[in-house]
Amino acid sequence: MAASAGNYTPQELMVVCAARQIHDGEHVFVGMRLPLLAFALAKRTHAPNCVGLFEAGLVRDIPASRLLYTMGDLANITGSLWATRMVNLMGLMAAGEVQLGFIGGAEVDRYGNLNTSMIGPFDKSGGYKHPTVRLPGSGGAADIASLSQRLAIIMQHDRHRLRERVDYVTSPGYGYPSEHGPAGTVWRQRAGLPRGGPAALITTLALFTFDPGNGEAMLQSYHPGTTIEQVQEQTGWQLRLAPNCTETLPPSEQELQVIRECDPEGVWTR
Amino acid sequence: MSKLTTMADAITRYVSDGSSVAMSLALEPLIPYAAGHEIIRQQRRNLTLIGPISDVLFDQLIGAGCVEEVKAAWVGNVSEGLGHCYRRAAEHGVPHPIITEEHSNFTIGLALLAASLGSPYIPTRSALGSDIPRQNPTFRQETSPWDGSPLLLVPALHPDVAIIHVQRSDEDGNAHLWGNLGICEEAALAARHVILVAEEIVPREVILSDPNRVLAPSFKVRAVVHEPWGAHPSPVQGYYERDHAYYREYHQRTRTLEGFQQWLDEWVLQVPARSAYITKLGEQRLLELSVKEHSYAAPVDYGY
Repeated sequence: MAASAGNYTPQELMVVCAARQIHDGEHVFVGMRLPLLAFALAKRTHAPNCVGLFEAGLVRDIPASRLLYTMGDLANITGSLWATRMVNLMGLMAAGEVQLGFIGGAEVDRYGNLNTSMIGPFDKSGGYKHPTVRLPGSGGAADIASLSQRLAIIMQHDRHRLRERVDYVTSPGYGYPSEHGPAGTVWRQRAGLPRGGPAALITTLALFTFDPGNGEAMLQSYHPGTTIEQVQEQTGWQLRLAPNCTETLPPSEQELQVIRECDPEGVWTR
Repeated sequence: MSKLTTMADAITRYVSDGSSVAMSLALEPLIPYAAGHEIIRQQRRNLTLIGPISDVLFDQLIGAGCVEEVKAAWVGNVSEGLGHCYRRAAEHGVPHPIITEEHSNFTIGLALLAASLGSPYIPTRSALGSDIPRQNPTFRQETSPWDGSPLLLVPALHPDVAIIHVQRSDEDGNAHLWGNLGICEEAALAARHVILVAEEIVPREVILSDPNRVLAPSFKVRAVVHEPWGAHPSPVQGYYERDHAYYREYHQRTRTLEGFQQWLDEWVLQVPARSAYITKLGEQRLLELSVKEHSYAAPVDYGY
């Protein structure tokens, strides 16, 4: 893959990082916005046999022929492999048929737990009333985080969003260490989650992977134009570097071309 | 027996103060905005709203003061982000406080599925370890009687009424719905009453020609309302596209309470019925949103 010398936006690089998480032949819970473009990019580059699933009740093996604002836009139904009930899609995922799921979040913590419900302070024993910010809620995010084999998280990087601990766990990552044991895969087993956990956290500044042994995020790569120090400055926990931490491979010309064909007006990528 | 009636009559008869109402069940498409706006005009109060993702319909009903409780997975604006009325109600109790019973998309689907099956609950492993079961007091965490593993028990949810937008229906409520189905079937079967809102009213023979495409048995249906463009600004497969500009405008105009009240006055309170709403949208906008590239299914043979 030849590195690009050209200009690209942080969103375009995030789409590229997301697409690289998709392996050929996988069943991918696609979600909205940037992952939609990542699915289209992966299909047209390294993963021509991946299949996209949409919780509204859709399965596709060809990306929609025009840019989508929501998964329910008309073009996403035309030419789908299956248009069905939501519980069928969630059921496939609960049964282990979905290798990768994408979600975004307002807040994430060092253990990959995500919050899209509410930002505090609020009284957890008194009915969670009067949060400072009421966010929309889970949608399908809690289900994707619980039931997919691997989770990829996409979000804007700043210190208020990447926190030591989120106020509310909408979508479980690797939990927290406690007197019962460490965070990580064993926490998920203790909680009763059947599989999974975050594999990647893709931000506007960096890519993190996770250590399933203790659930901690590790800085895997920092995007061109940033430094480890800048990433640390914008991250609410003490960074732990992956052993081979390096600069993120920039988008290739081909990757940028595909993204710009899919989103010519830059609705999601500019 | 014809169940055809007006929207005003259907809402008067089947949505009362305090009713639990399931709406917006196909997620982003087929959202019964016309019904929601009539509920606002009739000043229903203390409703419980049930649904997965409502785009901005639930936000509008909350802002208009119709809602006491929300049992939903998500309330906001799908293409624009947060729901300003939902925020004002949850954060500051404006226009009055609301109760939220937190769900995920899967758990709200399972709650209605359980009701549709006559089952008291359905167990799942989804959302275990999250704060959702802590916030929603109706969930119970138990262990599997087979292997002792943790399970989340999602109790059956029986809406008083489900309001479902469909492409076409006959006068009795035999109806075709196509595209992604979301949790429309589960809700139609779980609810005590079903109001259907149809783009077209067609002869019974049209529906019976393709029974696999039927939403639910018509004996569940109490009222059928013929309301072309009744789901605008949400999309209806084969009829019209999502009106993204509407959602953008709504997001911008409803940032403040005063802005929302002006918006509500202009688009709901001063609009006596859907026919006036269509006129207000204007020919040009309708034309832009109308489906232009039709894509028909191959016929199937139900012969014997």
